[in-house]
Amino acid sequence: MMTPDLNSYLVISVLLFAIGLIGVLIRRNTLVVFMCLELMLVAATLALVAFSRYNGTMDGNVFVFFILTVAAAEVAVGLAIIVALFRRRMTIQLDELNTLKN
Amino acid sequence: MGPFLFLFFAIFTVVCAIGVVVNKNAVNAAMSLLLSLVGVAGLFVGLEAYLLAFLLLLVYAGAIVALFLFIVMLLDMKGDDRPRLAAVPMLARIVAVALVAAGVVSFIARGHLPSPPVQVEPAIGSDLKVYAYQLFTTYLLPVQILGFLLLIAMLGVIVLSKRFEGMDDIK
Repeated sequence: MMTPDLNSYLVISVLLFAIGLIGVLIRRNTLVVFMCLELMLVAATLALVAFSRYNGTMDGNVFVFFILTVAAAEVAVGLAIIVALFRRRMTIQLDELNTLKN
Repeated sequence: MGPFLFLFFAIFTVVCAIGVVVNKNAVNAAMSLLLSLVGVAGLFVGLEAYLLAFLLLLVYAGAIVALFLFIVMLLDMKGDDRPRLAAVPMLARIVAVALVAAGVVSFIARGHLPSPPVQVEPAIGSDLKVYAYQLFTTYLLPVQILGFLLLIAMLGVIVLSKRFEGMDDIK
């Protein structure tokens, strides 16, 4: 068994991103869709850290810092929107939020 | 990082990520997300980004997943026993998932980057002083913008969660 190289980390990152994307596509609960979005963000940070490590630079790691902060702000605002949505519509299922369709 | 430890954390992360998608219960999905983040933090340790691993656990696992659990309990949703989808949305989902899977397979089969060998000396990502230096010199403007972004997010959350009396026409 060989030691992990850049490609093995990238494969994990791609798998995580794809799982998150599939979750966003097929789930109907807004909260779970939001969790899958977070999973996609984490996959991107994993790729950044791996590139940064194998190229011997620092910038990828600093960007992960920023991504963590933006993700925290995004979750706060997104969950506030979901709660406001629930208050008004009494549902957070995506297939019942079809006002624009009719 | 040894190959066995890498393999363990990689499989752990991916399995828990699949758990996020397939769990019917939102609380179980949040718990799977938590475990998956722990696995990613382990991979970060393997990449010698110790500070980022710690921050990931602190911010994501500590704050974000707790917030998710709090909202799940606040909304108190019933289970996901809902009618099945009609044919067209189901077909669209299957096609979309197949496209994503095809992309992943093509990446794994062909996307091989030349991987530079890891330097023998410790990675510069493991040094705290470098973070501080970068954040306060090269990335000073993004740091300030982030501070402003956090302020705006805080104000936005306050406005969103406030009940406005007598303003029912605003929808």
